[in-house]
Amino acid sequence: MSDHNYQPQSKFGKWFNDRLPLLTLANHLTDYPTPKNLNYWWTFGGILTFCLITQIVTGLVLAMHYIAHADMAFDSVEHIMRDVNYGWLIRYIHANGASMFFLAVYIHIFRSLFYGSYKSPREIIWIIGIIIYLLMMAAAFMGYVLPWGQMSFWGATVITNLFSAIPLVGEGIVTWLWGGYSVDNPTLTRFFTLHYLIPFLILGLVVLHIWALHVPGNNNPVGIDIKKPSKDTVPFHPYIVIKDGFALLMFMIVFAFFVFYTPNILGHADNYIEADPLVTPAHIVPEWYLLPFYAILRSVPDKLLGVVAMLSAILILAALPWLDTSKIRSAVFRPLYKQFYWILVADVLILGYVGAMPAEGLYLLIARIATAYYFLHFLVILPVLGFKERTLPIPLSITEPILGGSPNLAAAKIEKGLDKLK
Amino acid sequence: MKKFLKLFSFLFVLLFFSFQTLAAEKVEYLKTDWSFKGLFGKFDRSSLQRGYQVYTEVCSSCHSMKYLSYRNLAEKGGPEFSEAQAKAIAASFEVKDGPNEDGDMFTRPGKLSDKFVMPYENVKAAQAANGGAYPPDMSVLVKARGGGVDYIYSLLQGYEDPPIGMELDDGVYYNKFMYGNKIKMANQLSDGLVNYSDGTEATVEQMSKDVTTFLMWAAEPHLEARHQMGFKAIVYLIILTILVYFSMKKIWSRIKTEV
Amino acid sequence: MSEKKTNRRDFLFTATYAVGAVGVGATIWPMIDQMNPDASVKALASTEVDVSSVNVGKTITVLWRGKPVFIRRRTQDEIAEARSVKLEDLKHPENDEDRAKDPEWLVMLGVCTHLGCVPLDQKGDYNGWFCPCHGSHYDTSGRIRKGPAPTNMEIPKYEFVNANTIKIG
Repeated sequence: MSDHNYQPQSKFGKWFNDRLPLLTLANHLTDYPTPKNLNYWWTFGGILTFCLITQIVTGLVLAMHYIAHADMAFDSVEHIMRDVNYGWLIRYIHANGASMFFLAVYIHIFRSLFYGSYKSPREIIWIIGIIIYLLMMAAAFMGYVLPWGQMSFWGATVITNLFSAIPLVGEGIVTWLWGGYSVDNPTLTRFFTLHYLIPFLILGLVVLHIWALHVPGNNNPVGIDIKKPSKDTVPFHPYIVIKDGFALLMFMIVFAFFVFYTPNILGHADNYIEADPLVTPAHIVPEWYLLPFYAILRSVPDKLLGVVAMLSAILILAALPWLDTSKIRSAVFRPLYKQFYWILVADVLILGYVGAMPAEGLYLLIARIATAYYFLHFLVILPVLGFKERTLPIPLSITEPILGGSPNLAAAKIEKGLDKLK
Repeated sequence: MKKFLKLFSFLFVLLFFSFQTLAAEKVEYLKTDWSFKGLFGKFDRSSLQRGYQVYTEVCSSCHSMKYLSYRNLAEKGGPEFSEAQAKAIAASFEVKDGPNEDGDMFTRPGKLSDKFVMPYENVKAAQAANGGAYPPDMSVLVKARGGGVDYIYSLLQGYEDPPIGMELDDGVYYNKFMYGNKIKMANQLSDGLVNYSDGTEATVEQMSKDVTTFLMWAAEPHLEARHQMGFKAIVYLIILTILVYFSMKKIWSRIKTEV
Repeated sequence: MSEKKTNRRDFLFTATYAVGAVGVGATIWPMIDQMNPDASVKALASTEVDVSSVNVGKTITVLWRGKPVFIRRRTQDEIAEARSVKLEDLKHPENDEDRAKDPEWLVMLGVCTHLGCVPLDQKGDYNGWFCPCHGSHYDTSGRIRKGPAPTNMEIPKYEFVNANTIKIG
């Protein structure tokens, strides 16, 4: 933490701050020394905060008009879309906001993977992040159930049935989740309650995530430890605030395009058909952001093992700080890791693609290879790479290569690497 | 900065097109020019009014539109019938109301606030009257079908004789755009089926287009407001982005010298 | 840095803040307006009531916009009483002629103007209405005569569609 000795100017400020050091906190947040070489991939933390707040505010508003009852949920959503003042706008922001949230979180996660932000001393930040991600998936899934369309109903049926894979108690757990013998009104009301609760849990975890971040400070594209405050850092306000703001606005333009011009493209047409327990839609597909995990689930021919594989695919990330044995953080100085990183990105995109396709023939084969590679990357490649890889020499400070002060032979290479980051 | 812009637009384009290809079905639908597509897309009022006529005279005997009210017909961004016309339309329907003081249900002429009168009491009654197939409610039908307006437009014109060798049960018809090609709705449209009061020739193609436009509005009644607001919002965001960009340059120029 | 440059920078920042503030305002408005009555509620603005079975000296209460509306067919005594009151004796001076266009029929929102309770018929010191919540007395024209209520009971917009039907709203 930066300046604990902060003293407010005014007498009242001092009186208040002695009792509740809010002003010290505000001062810490404004002055927080941030590496000045952060690139735009680092702006997604701020963008994600915006996404969370947008979802909470629009969600709160929607909850004022939505009716969590199997007979009325679909009607109440149409009521919001047609009659409530600006209801269509608020609902489309909320629905597309979920996708935007995941888009941003994936960029945020992959930025961390590239620059090794999960490594010591930032393991706790990373693990909190994984928990947030898990909660986001739960919130998104339950939110998708609320409109009570065909995809809501069958998505809920399929996902809750995953629990039936657990030996012995599985069936009991599913019945307990449903509150009946199928997905029905009790399921809907409890999903609504949890969907309302989870964002506030996420909010609390975000506070911890940022708190844990502010102890060691930000990682940076070069991945080396920096002294703070120093020549290498800038105060968070106004430098980082304005930069995050600029990136956020760019993000909002994309967001607005989806909301105003193609609001339903990220959804599924079948969800505009009211839930019908007698008819399953022809293709059951989860929302795009869950597709890679869906592909992993389907690529395993055994029910229990499929569920285990899917869960492991997420939970393996929590062990990442220890699976990656390399001392070097940033992929800029790890030529081999950089290649494997991009293969992993491609692998996840392929998993996402085959997740949207029918699970048969060639698609199934690709899904299996991609699933195997996904685990291979984390369980074999990363641990081995840390020992085998010949890394590039790292600069002593983030200003050094820019000043051209590094006398060693690799300096030219490093500069090239840094140029790419700009 | 340039790199960033490039990356951002690349991501955006990738995202957009990947979903568009995922969303689009493989069937080639019939194409027509929809006035409501594009950044400034608006509904063609007369087409909406004609479409309403086709709906009432042809579709509404089997298909309900339970989320629409007669008042919607006079609302901005819709067919924009005059208030008097909409009242007259509403009054031409018998609406069930009650119970009155004696506890009985009664019928009265429709009011603007009434929902569109449904052809059947409930889904079961609709199924019973249609050989077990439920004629879907058309309020959000366009959004509930993968191909959207193009699909509906094509389906209405997609009736053909079945290919040789295909056996069709009673009450099942062949339609080249229907999923699985078998449809339980018979061909409804034929040239000159309705009499358009504005003198437009009621060809099958014209009626399909009009009624599809009407269904698009029914599913997305605030489409025009959305397009207008979207344009303003995006122009606003671009202006603010430019301002913030230059502010950012100014602020960061303070430390450039130190680097 | 020269004076001129500082000014330009200030202008840039001010413009950015101002444009940003406009956007924040424009974003907040939909979140507020969504709580106003929606289109389906506004559409239910009018109700038609059949009053053919209401005898002289009787009141019926009907629901309009979720609130009770008193429709009273007044006796000659009540009309005379209402019309004989001097304006200066009233807390909220209004002529009975303006409140009841057809003197026989008083159509009035049955909501006490104090804090929204429903007053009781044929009670109180003025043979009109009495609000049990905080003791407001209304006369036979629904005007406040005694108690904490500040104004007379409200007359909604209404009209006789025909001799037997009143349209409220």
